[in-house]
Amino acid sequence: MSEKLDITLNINGRDYPIRVEARKTLVDAIRDECGQTGTHIGCEHGVCGACTIILDDEAVRSCLMFAVQAVGKRIRTIEGLADGDNLHPLQRAFMEHHGLQCGFCTPGFLMLATNVLEKRPDIDDEELIDVLASNLCRCTGYQNIIKAVRAAAQEMRGK
Amino acid sequence: MKPPPFHYHDPRTVADAVSLLARLDNAKLLAGGQSLMPMLNMRFVLPDHVIDLNRVDGLSYIREREGALEIGAMTRQRELEFSDVVRTRCPLMHEAILQVGHRQTRNRGTIGGSLCHLDPAAELVSGAAALDATVTVAGPNGTREIAFADFPVAYMTPAIEPQEILTAVRLPIWPQGHGYAFIEFSRRHGDFAIVSAAALLEPDAGGKIARASVTLGGMGQGPVRGREVEQGLLGQAPGDDLFRELCESCRAIEAVDDIHASAGYRQHLAAVLARRALTKAASRLGAAGRPH
Amino acid sequence: MADKRTISVTVNGTHYDNKEVEVRLTLADFIRHHLGLTGTHLGCEHGVCGACTILLDGLSARSCLMLAVQADGHEILTVEGIAPSVDKLHPLQEAFRDNHGLQCGFCTPGMLTTLIEFLRDNPDPTEEEVRIAISGNLCRCTGYQGIVDAVLDAAKRLQAAPARV
Repeated sequence: MSEKLDITLNINGRDYPIRVEARKTLVDAIRDECGQTGTHIGCEHGVCGACTIILDDEAVRSCLMFAVQAVGKRIRTIEGLADGDNLHPLQRAFMEHHGLQCGFCTPGFLMLATNVLEKRPDIDDEELIDVLASNLCRCTGYQNIIKAVRAAAQEMRGK
Repeated sequence: MKPPPFHYHDPRTVADAVSLLARLDNAKLLAGGQSLMPMLNMRFVLPDHVIDLNRVDGLSYIREREGALEIGAMTRQRELEFSDVVRTRCPLMHEAILQVGHRQTRNRGTIGGSLCHLDPAAELVSGAAALDATVTVAGPNGTREIAFADFPVAYMTPAIEPQEILTAVRLPIWPQGHGYAFIEFSRRHGDFAIVSAAALLEPDAGGKIARASVTLGGMGQGPVRGREVEQGLLGQAPGDDLFRELCESCRAIEAVDDIHASAGYRQHLAAVLARRALTKAASRLGAAGRPH
Repeated sequence: MADKRTISVTVNGTHYDNKEVEVRLTLADFIRHHLGLTGTHLGCEHGVCGACTILLDGLSARSCLMLAVQADGHEILTVEGIAPSVDKLHPLQEAFRDNHGLQCGFCTPGMLTTLIEFLRDNPDPTEEEVRIAISGNLCRCTGYQGIVDAVLDAAKRLQAAPARV
């Protein structure tokens, strides 16, 4: 039952061949086997959103998936958001608008926001807030996160 | 977190305050309260009597007389901060006071209270040492003066007798155009210094150093004058290389190990801050009363 | 040994006469319990957090570090005295609201009284001056940025339309 499987995860365009048990969650494989620790584990039962990554073109809670379920798919994590030294507009907006304090929830919010703005650049404010409501933050009180995402959305639309 | 029960006295004259102190056992004097009240709230002290000095007449003043500033013990730190006479005649103290606590604490805190509390890292204590201040105390047998070098006798223990009250401090004025600097290192603005350095320089007619005062705070139980540095500066032209070389001797000053810093770290800070203070003081030579 | 004294104080413009207090009662506790003005908060009771800040004769002070008897004959402003009326906020309070300058609100009364004094004395501050001005007040929630933004915003609002407190 605990025999290991050889699989390959494609993260931010790079292949990671790993050996994991079937029960290994995707977030654990991303963090431990592939060394990409920007994706955080807050609750491990699907409520906090800190583990949010983009799988093909959907934002998903990686603590609620097994690594083996992600084979053959494109995984995007926070480490792949910036373009070399150039921060993504969302990252810059979070900085400028004080959208983070401890930063623990931030990767999850950034991947969630990236995904929604890529798919629906003209999303209206009410729906945007509704989407962001799926992630928890203990520090900021959310106001500045919303401000940051709104500001980035404007900039991204303008491009 | 509430003060223990005590008898409260609020005398109106120094004489009354002195006679209360002479008469009452286990009494504490309450000045600005910024140090005593926390101790009362946490019950670190359990006095039977609190003698409140805040309504005593004639203890709050700033006067220039015979080459010195005479300051009443109950003068609020705020008064010192905003006093033109302090800023122009004793700019070292002005620079020091801006680093004491916060607005709220300076509104109530007094210079006398700070000097008597004698926290080894207190800025006003270092400033008084740097200036070779004299303090006046009043007791049942009259008043006497204590040179500040003799004022700290042990950790947070001044040379005041149990029945005496500090009434004034006298700060000798350095001549117009003297160089001064008070710098400190602390984790946050307003904290007590981990180490502080106060520097005073008086030039002679040729620009060489005729008199120097270098004081390190926060090292041990009280401020320490860097006598070796002061001696080495005499007759020299001010300069970074000279300061750097001389201030190395500050590493040999005895220092304490505590939760804030190790002795070694303090000694390192002493050498660095003394040099920086001297550099800053030298840059201010000749600029009388320039605001900073 | 519960020695008592009677004191008279004016708080937010209202005169309170002949209030009997234990001599060891702190001013903060007097304001909260005897006067029922619980806007002034107790965060540490040893003079570091600033949540208890009031204005005594117009100057900010930590009310946990004063005895009630010391306030006899003096004037005090607490947070309850900042808004001009029950349905109108002071521009500083509006700026706090609009700039997310508070989350739980515990530190806020102390921040506000401190800043009433600060903006009165420094109507056009730099960001650095604002940060130094609030350095005696701790906040666990906001990370301070929203507070700083609020003060700079309030300074502008007050320059355009001065408000009395």
